[in-house]
Amino acid sequence: MRIGVVTFPGSNSDVDSLNAVSVAGVEAVSLWHESPDLQGVSAVILPGGFAYGDYLRAGVIARFSPVMRGVSEFAATGGHVLGICNGFQVLAESGLVPGALLRNRSLRFASKIVAIKPERLDSPFTRAATGEPIRVPIAHGEGCYYADDETLDQLERDGQVLFRYVRPDGTPALDPDDPSNPNGSLRAIAGVCNAAGNVAGLMPHPERMSESILGNDTGMQLIRSLVDSAAEWEAAGRPGPVAGRRVAAIAESVR
Amino acid sequence: MSEFRFAVNVLPKPGILDPQGRAVELSLPHLHVTNVSKVRIGRRAELTVTAPNESEARVVVDGLAKELLSNPLIEVFTVELLEATSSVASTSAAAPSAGAGAAS
Repeated sequence: MRIGVVTFPGSNSDVDSLNAVSVAGVEAVSLWHESPDLQGVSAVILPGGFAYGDYLRAGVIARFSPVMRGVSEFAATGGHVLGICNGFQVLAESGLVPGALLRNRSLRFASKIVAIKPERLDSPFTRAATGEPIRVPIAHGEGCYYADDETLDQLERDGQVLFRYVRPDGTPALDPDDPSNPNGSLRAIAGVCNAAGNVAGLMPHPERMSESILGNDTGMQLIRSLVDSAAEWEAAGRPGPVAGRRVAAIAESVR
Repeated sequence: MSEFRFAVNVLPKPGILDPQGRAVELSLPHLHVTNVSKVRIGRRAELTVTAPNESEARVVVDGLAKELLSNPLIEVFTVELLEATSSVASTSAAAPSAGAGAAS
């Protein structure tokens, strides 16, 4: 099994992501932005960086690159796609995950370690997580998650919120001005997935905390989740996305 | 064919926090300005569309504004026509139909 990592002009976390995939024991494949051919990979990571210089809006130019045609088709057929930081911005601009990433409320580029907590452990992107808050780096200027109230309610109801920024006591940093909420994200949202549950984006960088030599390997919980989900998807013969509300159904059953 | 010069003005949607606008507002006291409020910061793109007439040119600009220049989730835009000029002469052989630049 192989997992692909896209390199856009301006990507800077592509090599870190390739490394994290390798550390997880899976062959990592570099995918160039000019080709829609995903080379048969079993999952795709859109890495961090500043694709196309982040001109106009972060992620918007990348959205129209040839590789994103391939990624959209891959996602539509049920493949797992994880967008990290700039990759999240690309997914949001592409409409593959809901919402938008606005300029940080502080107007400052935020580069530090933050604590996030998975909202659920039954998603393809969190299945290998412990459920405890994990400390991971962020490095972004436009990470303030925004969607209108109606959409936010729907995302929470359907279990599409995957990660929230949490305070030292583990509770969500819901106040946008809370110091534990590094960018002013609404409802402290750090990561979301699409309705089918196979495409997810988050602002923090799990790949930069994926082995002990980097200070900590807590981020490996998320990389491992992606690897496990991709392997399961391959083993099942690449099933298409369950129409509509797979995530919602799971969320309902958990209640 | 004619050339139509447009400006597309993009602003954050009303109600969406605009930290740049807020930062500018916070600077106003330093300029001893006290009667300015509700500052919103956006972006402006100017572009030229070559098309047979203004309505066809507007279709192109509106499409770009929606698809690329703005994000409808968080921004609103307006389009203004700046200038319309016939480009029949400059494109010479490219326009053998000699269609009189109807809009110019």
